[in-house]
Amino acid sequence: MSKPILELKNVQTVVNKGTANETTILKGINLAINEGDFITIVGTNGAGKSTLFNVIGGNLSVDAGQILHNGTDITKSSEEQRTTFLARVFQDPKLGTAPRMTVAENMLLATKRGERRHLVHRKLKANIARFTELAATMNNGLEKRMTTATGALSGGQRQALSFLMATLKRPDILLLDEHTAALDPHTSLNLLHATNERITHDHLTALMITHHLEDALTYGNRLIVLQNGQIKADFCGQEKQELTVEKLYHYFED
Amino acid sequence: MNLMVSAIGQGLLWALLGLGLYLTFRILDFCDMTVEGTFPLGAATAVTAISHGINPLLATLLAIGAGMLAGLVTGLLYTKGKIPSLLAGILTMTAIYSVNLRIMGKSNISLLGKPTLFNGRFMTSLPQYFDSVVMGIIIIAVITILMVLFLATDYGQAFIATGDNPTMAKSLGIHTDKMIIVGLMVSNGMVGLCGALIAQNNGYADINMGIGTIVIALASIIIGEVAFGELTLNQRLVAVTLGSIIYRIILLVVLQLGFSANDLNLISSVVLAICMMLPQLEQHLHLKKPILKGVRPHE
Repeated sequence: MSKPILELKNVQTVVNKGTANETTILKGINLAINEGDFITIVGTNGAGKSTLFNVIGGNLSVDAGQILHNGTDITKSSEEQRTTFLARVFQDPKLGTAPRMTVAENMLLATKRGERRHLVHRKLKANIARFTELAATMNNGLEKRMTTATGALSGGQRQALSFLMATLKRPDILLLDEHTAALDPHTSLNLLHATNERITHDHLTALMITHHLEDALTYGNRLIVLQNGQIKADFCGQEKQELTVEKLYHYFED
Repeated sequence: MNLMVSAIGQGLLWALLGLGLYLTFRILDFCDMTVEGTFPLGAATAVTAISHGINPLLATLLAIGAGMLAGLVTGLLYTKGKIPSLLAGILTMTAIYSVNLRIMGKSNISLLGKPTLFNGRFMTSLPQYFDSVVMGIIIIAVITILMVLFLATDYGQAFIATGDNPTMAKSLGIHTDKMIIVGLMVSNGMVGLCGALIAQNNGYADINMGIGTIVIALASIIIGEVAFGELTLNQRLVAVTLGSIIYRIILLVVLQLGFSANDLNLISSVVLAICMMLPQLEQHLHLKKPILKGVRPHE
């Protein structure tokens, strides 16, 4: 078995430290993510799903424990530094794209994720054919709107664009934070299909938070249940395939 | 005729202020009050340097440097000190007032009999008021071209993204704090340059010459936007300069109506307020069309 691509060792986070509202959100998370894993994450509100993503993404510092990327300790590295190997798609379509910049300009920004940006011409024209082709894979007309400001796109198109941008430059880890939750059922399904296709085709390593237990069961090779800041269950391969919505639902009662 | 040429010349020189503020106010979405201090800082630095016998060109470069330093201070207060943008700017602006008094040693310095960028052999050979027009066109052309080129680089695109969506920018590995500091430095460098040029053109620096500059800068930006409507980013930069000229012409008309120069700040604010309220007025009174028919090329 190969070394995990990302490893969390006894990760703990506390908010409102030193006040009456002090709460421990993550209570010692141990998680080894292997290359090619597509992990779906479910859990009640407040279970710590988003906090887990923020800790992995570097938006939130950990109070105890360690995070390792390919064996290197990255616990202290900043959000910007981690973008060299990590990409994420937010739940809110507004967060993933720059509204006043065009679709193509947004994609160009994403091709240099985690790289130093220099005072050299951006070379948008040279990339437009490739970008249009990629946009067409989303099956929602995005390819016809390459020169539109993203603020004028529909939520579905914006979210599809955010997803494309996150995968334009291959990330070691892709974080999907309920990225279809703000969309209507049809658009949501469409984007989930495209997401699954991209991840399996490119053998990406991805973590996806979802509130839809069916989706959590349908997609991915591994399923994690977060509860009260801890990993309550971790189903892999065969185990996950035998799981049903009813069994999974038990974790949400009490 | 002379008055018109003078207004255009002033509009061109002051446009630099609008362009500087455009970088922060429109692109970074940062309302930078520092400019109220940076403008007289540029003037004080250049005029004091010239009166000490320093070459006007070098003195102007010093003014740019002083402006950039002021921008750096505001940038550090905001990004590292986590002070809200408006307050960070006000703090720097207030501090600069004392710095300016230190630099000048008194509240007003005249450049009478001293060399300036405006009294070289070529400039004095031009008809009256054309010196500021020529100087303005050269400076604005160079700065606008540099800005257009900058914004089309990878770095410039990251700069735009920082103002447009900081969350996304960070998630793509853009160091947004660094971008904001650089933006404030460049912007205030331009404002310092503007102050240095205006002071040399007027022939003096005054401790109070910064009052109202932010309104003048905003007026050029907003008048340009209201007058020309939907534009690309590059066209918008040109619109700022045109807005600045239109603003000077409005002032000229108002002064001809019998207002005095002492009323300028009141007039500036009223002009800006009206421009900013146009969308509202349009909704209620349908005034926009007749007002703008003259300036807009097509509807």
